[in-house]
Amino acid sequence: MKTISEINEKIQQGKAVVVNAEEVIDLVKEKGVKHAAQHVDVVTTGTFGPMCSSGIYFNIGHSKPRIKLGGGRVYLNDVLAYPGLAAADVFFGANALPDDDPRNRMHPGDFNYGGGHVIEELVAGKDIRFTANAYGTDCYPRKRLETWLNIKDLNEAVMFNVRNAYQNYNVAVNLSDKTIYTYMGVLKPRLGNVNYCSAGQLSPLLNDPYYRTVGIGTRIFLGGSVGYVAWQGTQHNPNVLRTEAGVPKRSAGTLAVIGDLKQMSPQWLVGTSMYGYGVTLTVGVGVPIPILDEEILRHTAVTDAEIYGAVIDYSDAYPNQKPDIVGEVSYAELKSGTVKLQGKKVPAGSLSSYSKALEIADILKDWIKRGEFLLTEAVAPLPGVESGVAFKPLPERPLEI
Amino acid sequence: MAVTKRVVLHFPRRLVEQPVIYRLVKDYNLEFNILRASITAEPEEEGLLVLQLKGEQEEYDRGVKFLLKSGLKIQSLSQDVTRNEARCTSCGACVTLCPPGAFVVDPKTRQVNFDDEKCVACGLCIKACPPRAMEVHF
Ligand code: SF4
Ligand code: SF4
Repeated sequence: MKTISEINEKIQQGKAVVVNAEEVIDLVKEKGVKHAAQHVDVVTTGTFGPMCSSGIYFNIGHSKPRIKLGGGRVYLNDVLAYPGLAAADVFFGANALPDDDPRNRMHPGDFNYGGGHVIEELVAGKDIRFTANAYGTDCYPRKRLETWLNIKDLNEAVMFNVRNAYQNYNVAVNLSDKTIYTYMGVLKPRLGNVNYCSAGQLSPLLNDPYYRTVGIGTRIFLGGSVGYVAWQGTQHNPNVLRTEAGVPKRSAGTLAVIGDLKQMSPQWLVGTSMYGYGVTLTVGVGVPIPILDEEILRHTAVTDAEIYGAVIDYSDAYPNQKPDIVGEVSYAELKSGTVKLQGKKVPAGSLSSYSKALEIADILKDWIKRGEFLLTEAVAPLPGVESGVAFKPLPERPLEI
Repeated sequence: MAVTKRVVLHFPRRLVEQPVIYRLVKDYNLEFNILRASITAEPEEEGLLVLQLKGEQEEYDRGVKFLLKSGLKIQSLSQDVTRNEARCTSCGACVTLCPPGAFVVDPKTRQVNFDDEKCVACGLCIKACPPRAMEVHF
């Protein structure tokens, strides 16, 4: 029906019709799929939630005399970084903690500061304390480096998240008799509350359930600026239980994303503390979906009532890798504030911000409308349902003593 | 005009056994509701009482004056727990945890509003808020 280059032409002429993944729902109700598909060129999506598999890498430039960070130890504001690369490159993850953080020694630990917070501060332009120990070589003699670092002085500063934007996610409850502290938030005993973490009908991959347009190389919104899909995310698991309309009913696809950290904003990369669990980064991701045909449009019109999540007990089934689920609930039920589980009315809370997800979808819409953001043809597709790609548990083989 | 206020009372040790609250009811016609109470065993510490007071504005003002004159420290509760609006992402993690339901999701915008009038300063949201937007001031 339409091609991406035709849509890009319209974007450049300022004539493209762009709506967000919430607006498209009413539009389809009003005009029907056929007309809506002719009318709309792009549907924008968004999500803003804690995404633990996020990180950055950067190059600090060479000191005088030179130091080889690779194989040494590096800290940013006392938070452990990864220096297993060459002399001046560092990788740094959102879940990293200072060595002296008490962690869960007094359970539940506070986890006030760690990788996610350092990333937020770096992006905000704050000076970061960089300390490194190295072993020294003939060509890299220096053994110790302590300096302030600012993002503007780094050669490259790149966000590289190996797993973001989960296509659907577990809905968490606690069936035990005591409160538990999880990456899905504080869960009160005996089904005291239920927490979910997906933008539902606005979520990128739930609007393109079979990855028909999003693929490797897709230009996206990442952390307030432009980013790209680098690969399928780790744990990408396309072949899960789906509804008749194709919507995954379990955690399914994921994205690995990359982008220039220097262009990003702390508003969309927020250091986050999960009480009793650890630190992480709340990341804003938005994906534009070109409406190439009716099927693509129909998928973007998915509503919260048509998206189901599996309710999982985080006191037993989750930690012990048991397959049991407590039930299935729709995101419409979750968003109503209470769901019925085991005959009980359970209050529902969220970890992913729907209002911010909507803001992201609208920013992306605005960029496209103003001709500042063109759509991309995927370089290669993400592994689909038939690909054989599946998320496998660890085949543990105990080491011999 | 009738008013409803939430206040934190800090009692010095010597007043813990005085019938101050009884006087509030009897002399100033104030209705009260105890939201939280604690009296510490340490001699140098004090009693703490979180009250909801209801009555006529004039009588409430005179009642507060009486409390201050008796030697109590009094604070308005809404000043105790505040939200750093710039840090709140409207995620909703606090909504089901807050006992009096001080966080309300706007059904239209999905923004999470904080009604500090309802807050009883239990402190549960402080560490449970992922971006740590909730702040408690003592
Ligand atoms: S948990 Fe914190 S950030 Fe989330 S809605 Fe509540 S106050 Fe805002
Ligand atoms: S301190 Fe937080 S959780 Fe407790 S009543 Fe106030 S707002 Fe609610």
